[in-house]
Amino acid sequence: MKKVYSAAQSALDGLLFDGMTIVAGGFGLCGIPENLILSIKESGIKNLTIASNNAGVDGFGLGLLLQDKQVKKMISSYVGENDLFMQQYLAGDLEIEFNPQGTLAERLRAGGAGIPGFYTATGVGTKIAEGKELKEFDGKTYVLERGLKADLAIVKAWKGDEQGNLTYRKTAMNFNPECATAGTVTVAEVEELVPVGTLDKMSIHTPGVYVQRIFKGQHEKRIEQRTTRAA
Amino acid sequence: MPWDRDQMAARAALELEDGFYVNLGIGIPTLVSNYVPKDYDITLQSENGMLGMGAFPTEEEIDPDLINAGKQTVTELDRTSYFSSSQSFAMIRGGHINLSILGAMEVSETGDLANWMIPGRLVKGMGGAMDLVAGVQRIVVIMDHANKAGESKLLKKCSLPLTGQAVVDRVITNLGVFDIVEGGLRVVEMAPEITMDEVYAKTEASIVV
Repeated sequence: MKKVYSAAQSALDGLLFDGMTIVAGGFGLCGIPENLILSIKESGIKNLTIASNNAGVDGFGLGLLLQDKQVKKMISSYVGENDLFMQQYLAGDLEIEFNPQGTLAERLRAGGAGIPGFYTATGVGTKIAEGKELKEFDGKTYVLERGLKADLAIVKAWKGDEQGNLTYRKTAMNFNPECATAGTVTVAEVEELVPVGTLDKMSIHTPGVYVQRIFKGQHEKRIEQRTTRAA
Repeated sequence: MPWDRDQMAARAALELEDGFYVNLGIGIPTLVSNYVPKDYDITLQSENGMLGMGAFPTEEEIDPDLINAGKQTVTELDRTSYFSSSQSFAMIRGGHINLSILGAMEVSETGDLANWMIPGRLVKGMGGAMDLVAGVQRIVVIMDHANKAGESKLLKKCSLPLTGQAVVDRVITNLGVFDIVEGGLRVVEMAPEITMDEVYAKTEASIVV
């Protein structure tokens, strides 16, 4: 089965619908699937539930999906970089479910690995654990968190091949491998699309079984906090 | 004389031990990396997926694929490894990181920590803080002893929503160093010229002698 597509729009063809759940890789603006986000914006689909560590910034990344109020709910650990997000949230147009960062990562990992729930000490005794099952193991209390799956996963990798094998670059990896496993369908955008057999087989982070569609994108790679020292 | 930000960071650096894997929070905790003893082998973890974090880059070294948990550009070291978010929090939650130094809004005498939300104010999220306090072997907080209104931030009970319950081991403030022990806070050390009377006057939490 052919997995390679020419661009984001064709790679998303037939996958998008109103009210769907999408998981998106990226940390801040690092390693985000820029092309797929833009294409989802252009599709105009609405009432989306999106799980992603952050919500982009005004006018870039997932922030683009807020401009036409396409997002109904975000599942994130931190959304502080986005004024439009805050406006829509305070106006009641946007729902937010805060997940501790490690819990969000593990929910995606578990969801993709066929694990419907797991116990973690993270959040015990806080608002996060309210209404959730608590259980004691070896004298310590843990809270039950659910695995997370989505209709669609959108991820960004450095190199990928025609079989969907992916490798990520430096901290642009972040949530992408977990998201790739959690989608009913996973679409990957890569900086370099290479022939099968050219990736180092021992350095593949996401095996191709998780990826149904892949294309080569153009990446701006915007930097959020440009911090330097003197040369 | 109360300690200033840099002196608090320098004092916090004494919490490091040779060979430690450490996660530093945003703000004053970041300054601790300036005071790591030269002969110590310390590895900094960044929860977005990096072990062995280097200094900020020069203009030429900037790489948009290489940032820390504060989304700032950083550099790598020879020892650096990269990994995914679930792996990053496996090492945090699994107790493999020796020490985390974090900022706080409030700490209670039982070691409860509040540092992620103020009701009625804009909530930005907890990021990785709840996982860090739940999983890292030792939690040291650096914060001012009092808030801007002059009220103690070391309390009998936190008034703000918690980040973690009974998670703090030690607090370093501008007035001194305090351990969370049975019954309250034990004074470990005081900043120069700070008296016990002043500590009592400026601390709501119980002090254990």
